Amino acid sequence: MRREPPRSAADYAPIVFPGVMLLVFFVIPFSIMFAVSFFRRNPAGFYSPDFVFDNYARFLTPFFGTVLGFSLLLAILVAIICVAVSVPFTVLLARASRRAQTLWLVALLSVLSLSEVIIGFSWSTLLSRTAGITNLFVAIGLMEEPRALLPGFGAVLTGMVYQALPYTILILYPAIVRLDPTLMEAARTLGASPVRAFFNVVVPAMRNTIVATLIMVFVFALGSYLLPQILGRPRHWTLSVLITDQAILQSNMPFAAAMAVFLVLISLALVGLTVMAGGRRDAS
Amino acid sequence: MTELFKKAMRRRTVLGGAAAMAGTLSMPSILRAQDRSLKVGVYGGYFKDSFDANIFPVFTEETGIAVESVAEPTGEAWLVQLEQAARAGRAPADVSMMAQTPTRRGMTTDLWAPLDPARISNFDDLLPTFVAEYPDGRLAGVGAVAWYITLVTNTETYPEAPESWMALWDEANADKLGLLALVSNSFLLEVTAKTHMGGTNALDTEEGQLAAFEKLAELKPNVRLWYRDEAQFEQALKSGEIPMGQYYHDVTGLAAADGHPVRSTFPKEGGILDSGNWCLSRASEKSDEAHVFIDFMSRPETQGMLSRKVGTAPTLARSVLDLTEEEFSAVSSEIDPIVPRYDLYMEKGDWLNQKWTELIVG
Repeated sequence: MRREPPRSAADYAPIVFPGVMLLVFFVIPFSIMFAVSFFRRNPAGFYSPDFVFDNYARFLTPFFGTVLGFSLLLAILVAIICVAVSVPFTVLLARASRRAQTLWLVALLSVLSLSEVIIGFSWSTLLSRTAGITNLFVAIGLMEEPRALLPGFGAVLTGMVYQALPYTILILYPAIVRLDPTLMEAARTLGASPVRAFFNVVVPAMRNTIVATLIMVFVFALGSYLLPQILGRPRHWTLSVLITDQAILQSNMPFAAAMAVFLVLISLALVGLTVMAGGRRDAS
Repeated sequence: MTELFKKAMRRRTVLGGAAAMAGTLSMPSILRAQDRSLKVGVYGGYFKDSFDANIFPVFTEETGIAVESVAEPTGEAWLVQLEQAARAGRAPADVSMMAQTPTRRGMTTDLWAPLDPARISNFDDLLPTFVAEYPDGRLAGVGAVAWYITLVTNTETYPEAPESWMALWDEANADKLGLLALVSNSFLLEVTAKTHMGGTNALDTEEGQLAAFEKLAELKPNVRLWYRDEAQFEQALKSGEIPMGQYYHDVTGLAAADGHPVRSTFPKEGGILDSGNWCLSRASEKSDEAHVFIDFMSRPETQGMLSRKVGTAPTLARSVLDLTEEEFSAVSSEIDPIVPRYDLYMEKGDWLNQKWTELIVG
């Protein structure tokens, strides 16, 4: 198939629809949010149109810096764990029989159909003292008495990885299936062990895909606000939790908007840095 | 799972917000071919279900006014929607049940149409807490229902009921408490002031507020869960996972009646008395129907029916009610309640919220 650059206006037609959707459902709402972040908050009522920096000033404190830092680190950690688990898994999956592949993919898609609420409550039951997996460990003699594995950082991380893993695999799958199998064969013929071949051939060949997947999972994990509440202690609450509090429970839209704008800008900057770093390595 | 969803959707919850939005668009639940109708906003979930089943049909039968009940999310979120709709001249609900702080916030923009006390026959029997007035004396809202937040325990973990809010500070209860996550819905500052500082007046000054925060910080190691969503705590309380905390007296009573090992105790310092008002949106054109509705809801018989069927505390003086001793104590208590300092949340809401968040997150 040959790709030709679009010549007439009609050639652009296929992108009109997504373009309009993007404008209506992303650009316009984001612009409104951006505008609201400069509005003046009336503590006793709502907010009034204005141009003040108070909302940003309130955000720029060590307290919110810590929360933002934690949210970013958590999202990065989730992204790294998901990709580290998914790449080998997907490579193995791509080699499995057609039937096994279908079964795995259906199972993964069914996990995607679960809402964050269900995932959160299921994990909180699974990790609880009264009904959780530690009871199983006690039954087979691994533990003395059942104990609660939540709330805590481990529980939050587990829940978020569980939620993001199917996405990660489904993003990686098409790229890995298309990976030329002769690359591995050549590496093996030249004497590389399977593990060595995987790290020296498959991973470098997949570098752009892996970076793109990391970014997508990172952004996905950054928006999580329910799992940290259900599975974590207050110090594990992400910035999204505080944004929700301000927007829904304190009616402080300007401050919520300012925090959201900040979060978007920081994550865009991080994504930009990642892409730039990838590009530079390509050039060298 | 339906059970879970139902619980996640209870009144006062956050998670129910989106679903409640969908509810506002869905079909009216009791709408017959009648000429007169009224859209009434009540908290989605348990409250709305109880009102739909027990209260609204009686009202419709008596007055011929059909009630279209609308599920509202938390008071604050609903307030924003009502205000924005009113600016556009629309009323998603004519009359809404509003918590105290949103009622007062609504007053600042004249969102509530003034009500006429003369058209509410039992107006003089309302307890003073349940009359919300504009600063110039116009009537902005009339008490709808009241509910208590009390000290709740799992009866298997705690065979003896605790007597005082002091139990929250007891070192023996390390990592065992479930408390509400926000300064403006947990009212723990008031509890601290009443328990340790001689009364909620101690919160009049900033020093007093800071002292209360300091005292509150001491109970942090005891808290296992700071919850926004009721279902989260209720489940854990029933199973004994989190055996003590603050929770709603009415729902705990229902759970106990269903055979779950839970109990609600009015501590000697008093339960927290929170309540909702009926408020009429200024964009509504149903002022007549709204007055008939509020009049009906404020009658002793209706308040009695609410206590028996929905489990809420009455808004009228005890003397005019037909509740038996047993029925009254099931929903309320003679112990002087802790009344939240709503005025503080109006004046210094953002500051208190910030201090609170730093306290529990930090």
